[in-house]
Amino acid sequence: MKTDDLIATLSKDARSTGPSVTTMLAGGVAVAIVLAAVAFFGMLGPRPDIHAAAATPRFLLKFVMTATLALTALASAAALSRPQAGARVLGLLLAAPLLLAVAVLAEMMLVPMPDWPALWIGNNNMLCLVFIPLIGFAPLAVLLAAMRRGAPARPRLAGAVAGLLAGGIAATFYAAHCTDDSPLFVATWYSIAILALAALGALAASRALRW
Amino acid sequence: MTRPDDAELAGLLRAAMAGDERAYQRFLSMVALRVRALARRLTAPGGGVEAEDIVQDTLLAIHLKRHTWRQDEPVLPWIFAIARFKAIDAFRRRGRRVELDIADFSDTLAAPESEAISQRDLGRALDTLSPSQKAVVASVSVEGQSIAETADALGMTNTAVRVALHRGLAAIARRFGER
Repeated sequence: MKTDDLIATLSKDARSTGPSVTTMLAGGVAVAIVLAAVAFFGMLGPRPDIHAAAATPRFLLKFVMTATLALTALASAAALSRPQAGARVLGLLLAAPLLLAVAVLAEMMLVPMPDWPALWIGNNNMLCLVFIPLIGFAPLAVLLAAMRRGAPARPRLAGAVAGLLAGGIAATFYAAHCTDDSPLFVATWYSIAILALAALGALAASRALRW
Repeated sequence: MTRPDDAELAGLLRAAMAGDERAYQRFLSMVALRVRALARRLTAPGGGVEAEDIVQDTLLAIHLKRHTWRQDEPVLPWIFAIARFKAIDAFRRRGRRVELDIADFSDTLAAPESEAISQRDLGRALDTLSPSQKAVVASVSVEGQSIAETADALGMTNTAVRVALHRGLAAIARRFGER
């Protein structure tokens, strides 16, 4: 086919229809949250003492951190869905790790050193490693499907960020079940579980986000 | 700061996305010129990557992803980001293929002015479409009919023709990805 013929063909289909990337992503997030909620309440449910826990700063801090991760990952995913996105959008993603680092330092100052290992290892680390990816798996698939509407010039990076977003959503639910509230625990086990989802997102994206 | 030529292209693409076919044809022709100049600088003669391949891949990608351009921002950075992505893609694909199939490589060396999308490729891509999509793409692309004429001839609504054409073009783009 000659380029002029291609242009003539394409120009017949001039009108742009369908939702914007932002709309698709917003819809994807809504469905992802519902799926994560279904998985969470079906498999785990909130911890029994959640009302008492809600009065403790460590418990609440978990949600601040997971929500920060989810929101910054969402903003990055939206930016990376457009071809001309620069690496600058990744600066946003530093917010959650920085917050976590401050929380870890504060914990180390507040708690005597002999207590660190018990808080760090916690009671639920295997549960955390299994259930955050399990809750986040379907949301990741939905988010990748929504991002196919976009045109990421770095598909694998966009996929990894989708994994962080799915991980942030999953961890927000999981945090309501887990009784390990120390930032030492969160920094280790939550991070591993969420990074596993990011790796899965990057892997899937080389096919899913091709265009 | 938006350059004057950027403003012209942006205006054309805005009109096109609102349904102006002539503005779109003009926009795509201007983009083809710019991308061709860029692609010729990138591709050495006999390097195995045809500049025209990059031009056509870029035009198709621009078409299928035009909703990712925000209508209030400069359009040239967006166009060149897509062209760059498609150029990298073309080199990567060719790099793999040269190792696999040397005969094919010498073929492209022998053919000086090949049409980028060969009729055989197009035929194969058309074969993957549903019968109605195939009829629409053939009518518009091969016979050069307008959307309205095609809709009349096939007894479809204009919207159905647009959707079928869009899906057909997307299928052809996918077919290119596998080349």
